[in-house]
Parts: sequence; C-alpha cells; structure tokens
Amino acid sequence: MTILFKNARLIDPEAGTDSEGWLLIDGGTISAVGGGSELPKAAQVIDCQGKCVAPGIVDIGVKVCEPGERHKESYRSAGAAAAAGGVTTIVTRPDTAPAIDNPETLEFVARRANEDAPVNVLPMAALTKGREGREMTEIGFLKDAGAVAFTDCDHVVRDTKVLSRAFAYARSLGALVMCHPQEPGLSAGAAATSGKFASLKGLPAVTPMAERMGIDRDIALIEMTGVSYHADQITTARALPALERAKRNGLDITAGVSIHHLTLNELDVANYRTFFKVKPPLRSEDDRQAIITAVREGLIDVICSMHTPQDEESKRLPFEEAASGAVGLETLLPAAMRLYHSGDLSLPQLFRAMALNPAKRLGLASGRFAEGAPADLIVFDPDLPFVMDRSTLRSKSKNTPFDEARMQGKVLATYVDGECVYEAS
Amino acid sequence: MTFSHSHLLGIEPLTPSDITAILDLADQYVELNRRDVKHSNVLAGLTQVNMFFENSTRTQASFELAGKRLGADVMNMAMQASSIKKGETLIDTAMTLNAMHPDLLVVRHPHSGAVDLLAQKVNCAVLNAGDGRHEHPTQALLDALTIRRAKGRLHRLSIAICGDIAHSRVARSNIMLLGKMENRIRLIGPPTLMPSEIGAFGVEVYDDMAEGLNDVDVVMMLRLQKERMDGGFIPSEREYYHRYGLDALKLNHAKNDAIVMHPGPMNRGVEIDGEIADDINRSVIQEQVEMGVAVRMAAMELLARNRRAKSPEVMA
Repeated sequence: MTILFKNARLIDPEAGTDSEGWLLIDGGTISAVGGGSELPKAAQVIDCQGKCVAPGIVDIGVKVCEPGERHKESYRSAGAAAAAGGVTTIVTRPDTAPAIDNPETLEFVARRANEDAPVNVLPMAALTKGREGREMTEIGFLKDAGAVAFTDCDHVVRDTKVLSRAFAYARSLGALVMCHPQEPGLSAGAAATSGKFASLKGLPAVTPMAERMGIDRDIALIEMTGVSYHADQITTARALPALERAKRNGLDITAGVSIHHLTLNELDVANYRTFFKVKPPLRSEDDRQAIITAVREGLIDVICSMHTPQDEESKRLPFEEAASGAVGLETLLPAAMRLYHSGDLSLPQLFRAMALNPAKRLGLASGRFAEGAPADLIVFDPDLPFVMDRSTLRSKSKNTPFDEARMQGKVLATYVDGECVYEAS
Repeated sequence: MTFSHSHLLGIEPLTPSDITAILDLADQYVELNRRDVKHSNVLAGLTQVNMFFENSTRTQASFELAGKRLGADVMNMAMQASSIKKGETLIDTAMTLNAMHPDLLVVRHPHSGAVDLLAQKVNCAVLNAGDGRHEHPTQALLDALTIRRAKGRLHRLSIAICGDIAHSRVARSNIMLLGKMENRIRLIGPPTLMPSEIGAFGVEVYDDMAEGLNDVDVVMMLRLQKERMDGGFIPSEREYYHRYGLDALKLNHAKNDAIVMHPGPMNRGVEIDGEIADDINRSVIQEQVEMGVAVRMAAMELLARNRRAKSPEVMA
C-alpha cells in the first residue's frame, strides 16, 4: 500500500535540510521524496498541515527490565512508550538481572520483544560474563543470535588486560563495543559531580576528570586493537579533546550523550531530588554548554534517552542510597525540542544525532529519507506546548526528571515499516 | 521576633535575624538551666520524638534534656536497632511515626538530605540533628552562642575551623552561619580532607596550621573519624597530630585571648592536646555542651510557637 505525506515540513538529517515537501512510502519502505506542487498518486494521503516529518528515532541504550524486573518495565510497556515518543528502534541494554550474556537469554529477550513491542528492538549483549569484567562473553554466538553491540553498561571493566582481549576478539568478528568511560576508582560511591554544589549539599562526588581518564584508557586500547567503539555518554568538556584527537587519528570511535546531560545540570538536583540522580551524575552548566557545542559540530555523534526505569521504592530514598537513572523514551523528543527552541541545535542536527548517526553506527538502513530505506517515520509538532505529568507516561516506571515541567513538542504519529504504531489522540 | 520557619533543617535557609532570634532566646534558657528549678511548661502537652539513625549519646541526651525541661513528652527511638534492619524504608518509618501525631521530630541520619526527605513526608516540626555530611544546625547555633558569650559579639571575628572539613556537617553549618553573620572564616586541613571548590563559599583555605591560625579569635577543632585515620586520607594518626593536632605551640599563633572549641567527642592526642582541651582559660568545650541544651530549647520553642500559630486547632 502506498501512503503519501503531503504538506510536510521534512527534516532530512542526511541532507541537513528543513524544507516543505512530500514523502511517499510504498509497503514498508520509502519510495520517493520531493518538493513542489505536483504530488504522486497514493492509496492513502495524509495531510500533515505543515507539521514535521522526520526519520524515527534510533535510541541506543534503552533498558527494558526483562528478564528480572518486569514490574519496572516490560517489552510491552517500553514498546508503547517508544512508539508514543517517536522512537522507532530501541537498542536494548544487557544490564538486566540476570545480565544478557549468553545466546539463550538473548533469544528469550528477542522473542519477548517481537511478541510485545510495536517498534524495532535490537538487543545488545554483555561484553563480559555477568558484566563482572573477568571473562569475555561468547561474542561470536551472541552476534550470530542478533546482538548488535557489546557492552557492560555502567560497569567499567577494571582489568585492562581483560578489556584489551575482549576488544581484540570483538575486532576479529567486526563487533561493535560500547563502554562507559569512567575511572572506576574515582567514581566509586559518587552521587554527584564534585564542585561547589556537591560540597554545599554534602554529597559524595566524583571529579569530572574521571571521565577523561576513562576515555583516555579506552582510546589507547582502541588504538592497540582496532576495535569499533562507541562511548555511551561523554558529558564533560575535559573529555572532548581526547575524543577529537582519536577521531582525527582515524580510530573507529563514536560517542553519545544522554538527553538529560544536554538539558539539565547539577543544580537541578536542588533539594536532593532523586529523579535527577543519573549516571554519570549531572554536570556543571559549563560542561553542558560544551557538550551541546560538540553535538552541533558532530564531535559527539549520538543523542540517546539512556532510558532507565526505576520504581518508586528505589527512588524514594536519601539521595546517596537512591537508584540512578531516569526514564526517557517519551520525553526524549520534547526535551530535545528545548535545544531547538533555545537555538542551540537545528532540527536536522537533532535528527542527525537521534536517528541518522545511531542507525549508521549500527549498520541500519533507517534514520534517513533514502529511497528504499525502511519507512520508520514520525510526524511531530515541535511547538505544541504541554505540562509534563508523569502519571501519563506509558512506561511502567515514572521516574522522569521532567515531571511538572513545561515542555514543547509532541509526536503526532509514529510509523514503523510503513505501519502506523502510534497516533496522538 | 522574625523566626517563621516550620522546620530547622539547616542553617542555609536562615537569615541573620533568625539566628539572632534563636540565640537571644537561648540566652534566657541558659539562665533557667542554671537555676535550682530548671523547668518551664512551654512545650507541655507536646510530644517530641528523637529518631537517631546513627549512634549519638551526647546530641541525643542534649535534645532529650531540652525537651524535658520545657515540659514535652519525650520519646527516644534507637533506629539502628529497629525496623531499618527489617528492611523498612525511611519513608515508611516516617509515615508510621506520623500516624502517632508527634509535634517535634528530632532526626539524625547518616545520609545527606535524608532529614529533608523526612520533613516532606510528616506533619510535625522537624529538627535536623545531623544528616550525613550536610548540616548540623543546632551544633552551629550552640557554637555561635558560645562565641557570642565569650567574645561579646558574633561578627567581624576571625575564626579558624580545623581538620576534617570534607566529611563534617559541623563545618558546613558553621561556615554557613559564621558567614551569614559576617565573620572571616579560615579552613585549615590537609587537602585530602577539604571539600572541592570550597573557596567558592567565601572562606580562606590553608593547609598549614601556623599560617592559618595566625591572629584568629576562635579556633574550632573538628573530630577526625577513626575510620579515616589509616592511610586513605592521611598517612597516620601520629603524622596528623604532628601537622594538624592543636597543641600549645600551634595555638601561640592565634590571638592571646583566642578561645578553643571542639564539638566533641574529642580524640585527645589526635586532633587536640589534652592539656589545651582542659585549660579553663582557653577551652570553652564545656560551655559548648551547656549552650547546646539552651539552644535546642530555644529552637524547639520557636518551632512549637510557629506550629501553634499555623494550626491552632491541633494545639488547642
């Protein structure tokens, strides 16, 4: 079946354009894109009334709590949240209980995902068994079973020899690894970024230098092994020169950042608000500004939600004891619109980081308007204002830092492989 | 009288006139406490609950005595031994307690911000008796009262706070209070025990005692926790005493009439020389304990007053 989206504001991250036009899909793929008044024929015509059409978001690093903690998030709830948030592909994390570190668990997860989630789900697997940093996982089998990348998530592999072997082995299989750049000794026990705010509030803190040390070590290992590497989150100005140099030297390295680190800073924690406790901790405003610039310039490739569901019990605790992480699938787009409305990033720049670059990094054909690319698309209104009410989230967990925040930007419809999986009421 | 707060969670939200109001009232209670009959009825009929999630003999005794002298019904709950061990969360404990309708809740907790969290969930007036490394407001207030009585004023003094600043809620509350009252504050300690960017709080930072103590009016020593003595933060107890322990030689750099303070309990021979601690001409450590009861009486009376003003039917 053909569907024509007319009167659309097309956000094309590949061309870097934001222009009026139409887009035609045929079956599950994009078949033509154009401007001008001459429209192709289609079985169904959708008048976008000037609203934006963009490639669906590809979100690297989503935690769905299956297996182990289904009460926090299931594939059904995460899938619904993703569809409503304009995320057409979720790339899931293996930091479940137990960790996804063997092909059998991965197959279980893939089956659950296919049954229950209306969006594409691509699983990542652990890099080391149990994410314990001692022995590498069966990277080959896991890759054959569909793992798109290998990561121990926020567990840093302390033993550099183990990590170098895992990198070398992954390299031989052409597997992508994702790491959390952090010096684990310095960051142990930290709940905030060291500085005036942490000192005032008496919170155990980590120096931003720990991130630079982490990325420095990892870069040396990338140089040694030639592995394809993605840093899950780069959040401090001090880590950027190393990243820039590594890219200039031709290493296969990319980096991401969570939407929270782009739109919030350490002061938002205010009176020990645990919904603002994330990992790594929120940074200073200077760091936030430097990271926005890095995204604009393309030094940081990917923006993700770092969706981490936590139940009320694990958040309603003193700040130091509370769990880290925030849900983000449904707030990624409206939060990203803050950066658009503040003039920090254009819509094509945002979708380059939220759709095109993550798709490219994973070797997916989506994330762009190319002919033959999967028709994973979203229609959204970047201006529509609303007040966030966390009880309306589709995620089972409601731990969003944007509760009661004034936001702008809402997804109107989401299409996966040409099928409408979400329509705003 | 301007004190209008419903809780005493820290020094940070207080204004200089709030602080003066507490200290002025506390002065009156010092007199009461020195009489034969040490009793007032201003808290009669009210229930005060002391919840200590961290061991404390001195602070708990001080709060208990303060409440009893004002006529409150005082109950102590040793939280370490009770439900925490059974996995009950802080909020559940608070809600349970709240259902018993206490009027004043005195809380000490090992984590920064825990007392704030509790205060959001209960209907009574909450007094922070120390949360993690965040604040210990009544300690700062009793220190202020001690200084004001010894020096005749609480402004334009040069005050040195020495030792483990990083892990000290006493230091934070004192920096806040003494800063608000426009004193000159010096922090002295090894860099491993200094919080990051502490200079941003308008204090001068020294890592040398002789230099830092030069010409100060008040020397405030902090307790060095046992678990921080070995290797991690400082090389050894004896090297710490040598470089940062207060002895007569180091104290000579301060003004001749400088007073010596310590929040207790002291580690004699670690952060302070025993003789100095006992020197009645220099040490005001015993006065600090005395002022503690008076300041806590004053703080509780002011909070109870505001509570009555806000909900007269509850207190009828």
